[in-house]
Amino acid sequence: MSPFLFWLFASLTLIFGAAVVLNPNPVASALSLVASFLGLSALFMSLDAFFIGIIQVLVYAGAVMVLFLFIIMLLDLRAEERRRINWLAAAGGFGVAVILLVQICVVIVHFQAAKQTFPPLARPTSADVWNIGQLLFMNYNLPFQVIGVLVLVATVGVVLLSRREPR
Amino acid sequence: MITLGDYLVVSAILFTMGFAGVMLRRNLIVILMSLELMLNAANLSLVAFSRFRVGANGLPNYNGQVFVFFVITVAAAEVAVGLALLVALYRARQTTNVEDIRSLKF
Repeated sequence: MSPFLFWLFASLTLIFGAAVVLNPNPVASALSLVASFLGLSALFMSLDAFFIGIIQVLVYAGAVMVLFLFIIMLLDLRAEERRRINWLAAAGGFGVAVILLVQICVVIVHFQAAKQTFPPLARPTSADVWNIGQLLFMNYNLPFQVIGVLVLVATVGVVLLSRREPR
Repeated sequence: MITLGDYLVVSAILFTMGFAGVMLRRNLIVILMSLELMLNAANLSLVAFSRFRVGANGLPNYNGQVFVFFVITVAAAEVAVGLALLVALYRARQTTNVEDIRSLKF
């Protein structure tokens, strides 16, 4: 991965990530999130994680964001009307976020391995899906089954929540 | 050359953006989107570490990528339940602004 492409996709991800938070209109936020996820998926592929990059596009940019846009359409949300902003609370929240970022960056600076480049792979990982599937169904079979139960419970919960209460 | 630290810094900035969104925004849908940003920032650092740890067979350590797979599945379930709660709340209160939902506020 050339440094130019890395910084291109990293800045794409970060700029649209900032747009999600800063945009007053929820529809614009959702579309910025799609663009941010596409940049992130390119970053995954630059790390030779092709399977993760593909499901990032399929699950997030495809399914999850359609769900978000569908709900925004259903509730007919418009841009937030101007409210009186509690500046003290906003400054406090921003301050906590900046402190968190500084702390994580200090940890990364003192982390020795962070200064190393990525070691080369023995062969191109074209069998990426095969390898992950092998690990998923051999070593992580029980967590995989549990995830299936979790998705079933979530489906039943959503149906129950969105059912209208009989009067 | 791109180092591991570059990916970790991008991941840290993305996580902080999501965190700031959860702290500062008042619209529940945007708060859920910011949660997704935070989960994806964690995924990015997991994949970076997975690529960094090349094993003896010359392949990345796929344990991290399997973990990312689980995180994506849980995040999809979380979004579905969160949005169903949001719709139920909107039916009851006609608002998605967290400042209008103060029945439990002390």
